[in-house]
Amino acid sequence: MKPALRVLAPGLLTTVQDLGRTGYQSLGVPVSGAMDIVSFAAANAIVGNPPSAAALEIAYQGPSLVVEATSVRIAYAGPETAIDILSPDGTPRRLPRLQSARLMQGETLRIGALTGSAVGYLAVEGGIDVPLMLGSRSTLTRATIGGFEGRQLRAQDRLPLATADAPEREEASLPSLDLSPPERFRVVLGPQDDYFTARGIETLLTATYTVTQSSDRMGMRLDGPKLEHADGFDIVSDGIAPGTIQVPGNGMPIVLLADRQTTGGYPKIATVISADLAPLGRLRPGAQVRFEKVSVGEAQGIRREQARMIASLRERLVPVPPTVSINLEKLYGSNLLSGWVDARE
Amino acid sequence: MKSVDASVPDGAAATACFLDAGDTALVVEFGRDIDRHASALVLALADRVKAAAIPGVVETLPTFRSLMVHYDPLRLSQPELKARIAPLLEGLTAAEQAGCHWRLPACYDPSIGLDLLEVAERTKLSVDEVIKVHSSTTYHIYMLGFLPGFPYMGDLPAALELPRRQNPRVRVPKGSLAIAMRMSCVYSLESPGGWHVLSRTPAPLWDPRRENAGLLAAGDKVVFEPVSLDDYQSLLARADSGEWVPEPDTGGRP
Repeated sequence: MKPALRVLAPGLLTTVQDLGRTGYQSLGVPVSGAMDIVSFAAANAIVGNPPSAAALEIAYQGPSLVVEATSVRIAYAGPETAIDILSPDGTPRRLPRLQSARLMQGETLRIGALTGSAVGYLAVEGGIDVPLMLGSRSTLTRATIGGFEGRQLRAQDRLPLATADAPEREEASLPSLDLSPPERFRVVLGPQDDYFTARGIETLLTATYTVTQSSDRMGMRLDGPKLEHADGFDIVSDGIAPGTIQVPGNGMPIVLLADRQTTGGYPKIATVISADLAPLGRLRPGAQVRFEKVSVGEAQGIRREQARMIASLRERLVPVPPTVSINLEKLYGSNLLSGWVDARE
Repeated sequence: MKSVDASVPDGAAATACFLDAGDTALVVEFGRDIDRHASALVLALADRVKAAAIPGVVETLPTFRSLMVHYDPLRLSQPELKARIAPLLEGLTAAEQAGCHWRLPACYDPSIGLDLLEVAERTKLSVDEVIKVHSSTTYHIYMLGFLPGFPYMGDLPAALELPRRQNPRVRVPKGSLAIAMRMSCVYSLESPGGWHVLSRTPAPLWDPRRENAGLLAAGDKVVFEPVSLDDYQSLLARADSGEWVPEPDTGGRP
């Protein structure tokens, strides 16, 4: 049987994602991909994967997965959560986030509720081996494309893995990962800022907005002061960029995220810069958002800095002392713990 | 009343402007309204950008009146991208873009043409006249969007012009041909939708099992040919099994 992680409990909304499905927007196919590319890249780096390997995106509540491979190496990157590895008899060991661990056949990985922000990533060495669809493994549930059967995970799914036996080696840890949101999310005005009054633009750049419950991978609906249109709110549909802030007739901004539609017919007042999409994607309903204006040149400079930070993740990894990463199987197999093991029987 | 195919004036010089869409996309806009001339310029520029194979351009997205160029800012700055696109606008005309011509079956039986009777009533035409008007028009695909493989086609004859439905449907069946304003569309997948459904085509417009997942492209021309419910059903079965994929009459894609 193909090596797999079998889903015991799926979590709230767990999907397979990679860097997205580009090249098909002219056919109406959304890009999708990881909402927070920084945490996604970190999880992959810690298990030694290339940056494009498919991983699990976990929203709010993590899954429980049982290993149906000889061994797997995993790492979680994202906000604080409880990560427990349970041996077949139920003995737990706690794994810190941003640290790899090798799990043996029959062991269970249990990830708890995420605290602070909305998404985290579980990477598996070798990657999650769902079929490529149009060049990507990202899931777009709305069109049943990609990922695991085009949908979020359910109990008893078997997530296919590319590697049947993770090689034994020292585990790795990333000492820190900055997941704090910027004071103000940066935007480039346009492409339809001229469809708004000067006061509408001023409102966008000074007001505080709140993330509403009706936010998902497609878009984040914000609540706050109304953005004033200059002259109607129906435009001839045109392209939508990642981070586009479209404003329908009610004047409330919607920031379009990973699963955004390719085209849309509401005026687009501004676009959140690409480097700020990762922290934006981490926000939960109730979070406060403020915007500030930058130029395209500044935005591209900030993006280059982010890319350098992501590229340096691998160099920042440190080896984990073996005492921290206890291999229970080895210990049980040795005389060292025999008394303890006896006492449990 | 019938919109004329390929009524695009050619030779007119292209006037375009660049609009910022963040730091990873640039809009090249040819106008603010839906018109065939702007659409032809958009499609012609899309072809030129594709042919230029500019390193760092990720993909292009033609829409009614503008071309969105998605690019990788780590490989190409915005000034560099503008400098590469500006020369491609020189001498751009509406004449150079040529798409495929398609003849696709459509069944206008009221059992699947869910709004056919209502549209006839509201347009004060007979059902047969509605079918005749809708199926005797050669449609131009302005763009795809909303759903994978979903074409926005124009121009619908004014005799059939209606606003969108007041109560959108939660589920419009896959293959439904529908109209609103001066547009006709096909729901390439089952989806919520607010357009008036006249008929259904068995043609598989979107099938990710195929290497060419989307059948139609912006710039293609389409005519719908009425077929019986029996023919619709047998074609649908053959399409579902992958046995039948329509071929264009002319202008095959490379």
